[in-house]
Amino acid sequence: MVSEVKTVSGRGIPLVGNDIDTDRIIPARYLKAVTFDGLGEGAFIDDRTALKGEHPFDQPQYQGANILIVNRNFGCGSSREHAPQAIAKWGIQALIGESFAEIFFGNCVAMGIPCLTADAVTVKQLQDLVAANPQAAVTVNLETLQVQIGDYTAAVAIGEGTRSTFISGTWDACGQLVANADQVRVTAAKLPYVGWGNLTAS
Amino acid sequence: MSKGTLFDKVWDLHTVGTLPSGLTQLFIGLHLIHEVTSPQAFAMLRERGLKVLFPERTVATVDHIVPTENQARPFADNLAEEMIQALEKNCQENNITFYNIGSGSQGIVHVIAPELGLTQPGMTIACGDSHTSSHGAFGAIAFGIGTSQVRDVLASQTLALSKLKVRKIAVNGTLNPGVYAKDVILHIIRSLGVKGGVGYAYEFAGTTFEQMNMEERMTVCNMAIEGGARCGYVNPDQVTYDYLKGRDFAPIDTDWDKAVGWWDSIKSDADAQYDDVVIFDAAEISPTVTWGITPGQGIGVNQSVPQPEELLEEDRFIAEEAYRYMDLYPGQPIKGTKIDVCFIGSCTNGRITDLREAAKIAKGRHVAEGIKAFVVPGSERVKEEAEAEGLDKIFQEAGFEWREPGCSMCLAMNPDKLQGRQISASSSNRNFKGRQGSSSGRTLLMSPAMVATAAIKGEVSDVRELL
Repeated sequence: MVSEVKTVSGRGIPLVGNDIDTDRIIPARYLKAVTFDGLGEGAFIDDRTALKGEHPFDQPQYQGANILIVNRNFGCGSSREHAPQAIAKWGIQALIGESFAEIFFGNCVAMGIPCLTADAVTVKQLQDLVAANPQAAVTVNLETLQVQIGDYTAAVAIGEGTRSTFISGTWDACGQLVANADQVRVTAAKLPYVGWGNLTAS
Repeated sequence: MSKGTLFDKVWDLHTVGTLPSGLTQLFIGLHLIHEVTSPQAFAMLRERGLKVLFPERTVATVDHIVPTENQARPFADNLAEEMIQALEKNCQENNITFYNIGSGSQGIVHVIAPELGLTQPGMTIACGDSHTSSHGAFGAIAFGIGTSQVRDVLASQTLALSKLKVRKIAVNGTLNPGVYAKDVILHIIRSLGVKGGVGYAYEFAGTTFEQMNMEERMTVCNMAIEGGARCGYVNPDQVTYDYLKGRDFAPIDTDWDKAVGWWDSIKSDADAQYDDVVIFDAAEISPTVTWGITPGQGIGVNQSVPQPEELLEEDRFIAEEAYRYMDLYPGQPIKGTKIDVCFIGSCTNGRITDLREAAKIAKGRHVAEGIKAFVVPGSERVKEEAEAEGLDKIFQEAGFEWREPGCSMCLAMNPDKLQGRQISASSSNRNFKGRQGSSSGRTLLMSPAMVATAAIKGEVSDVRELL
């Protein structure tokens, strides 16, 4: 399995608005399942219904887009990984925004979906460019930290540690964490509370 | 860079090492799981052929999908039944302690862990639920995580994290009558914004928090996440120790003395360095109500819905959206807003002292005509304690419904839901669009005593008039 994420190319989709919470991304009724299957249909479902086809996720020009361009504090609220799962199942492979809520960001990293940031002016330009030309080719490059739409190029940012996990294909931390089980036990043994009370290992 | 804070000390003690990515591998002392965010994690574990590394450090309960009227099994809702069965199976197969319905200790995960004494100072805690920040009330560092990270904790008892900055939020002085912990945190979020805490752990300090009981501190830390902070905490003190002593999982005998010594040592140093400090005066905080669609859109009960020009430019877009969605107009007084439903409960305000404060308002009064008002204890133990004190009778005589424990209408993954455009006064933590089970339903957040006041008056009212 190739897991390096160095560039994401395709088409953009703008979603304007600050503080878009995970309840809006996927309402709680879609959480009533023991798998993540089928969440794509529920992405932004209440907003889409209210906007009667005018939501970007419904507009024909953005069908097949894979790079979501959002504004400030995107993904705030609930820790539900169902939110990025829903977006990913709709087809999104990368996000660019002014800022992301931390748990949402962490969930995206754990799924191999980069969330990059840019200043408010740049994000607005990107949203305007995509809206004006939805068919334009968009490329997000994690090696050069640039986003390109046609002739337009802008800088994007992501924490260096996170960037390196995408580029090297090590964003799925589970394997590394499990590999250090011996050191984990050493750390646990040094913590006084691990030896207290009924939760002590039998 | 912060130095000498409880956050720094706990972080350093739990650091296993630095991963190639530069992220810290952090040991998690207590892992709490529930039925919504864990089944996919166990499935991922099975796919990878991994085992639970420290099953004795994971504790489970069922809360989100639990019906609060009839809890007979199988549940009427097949999907809910399937979720609880998945949790039962996963706990059994992996030797995980599970507080199921009827165990006497089931309830909202953030209510039961403290009351069992599982939550202790100096611990790192993780749970697949954003309100895990609640446990910070004990001086624990507690993170809400997603399902892939639930898998990571099950498999390795660790998380890959980058260190947070620490902001000290000091509130000093005594709260005025009718002003509660909920008002304090709504005031802080209103002032610092819903993204103000991104990148930070919030340390709640100052004489106001020192005077609070543990339930009040939990209310404040619960909503740290609503201010964008990944976690919030209060340094442990005698109030913390008095609460913990004698609880099921609290250290006993000589371990207790050792524990207190260690807990004292992990408090923030008097000369600790913070990345930021913000100071509030308790006297300036009034009973607070949200009018919009984020927890940051709050105002004093005697204030009016803000005009767009009173807001920062960056907050106007969502304010416009909130006016439309909530059907409230700029300049409209929030007091007097008619209410349909009143909900007392949730991991924010479903604890015994919350119910006591609400019962004081309800006692000898009656819910206004046409209002649906209900009280949902946060756990089986809270319910039992409340009934022993006769709180259930006070509520029922006042016209409130008295329910079984669960998350209820906070996020409405169970039969408790708003219908259509109904507007609710809620003691929960989120007023997001569609949060309480109707895609057009509306939520006003406030303290339990203010919810009880709204139930009796039939409209948003000032609790101080009923004290």
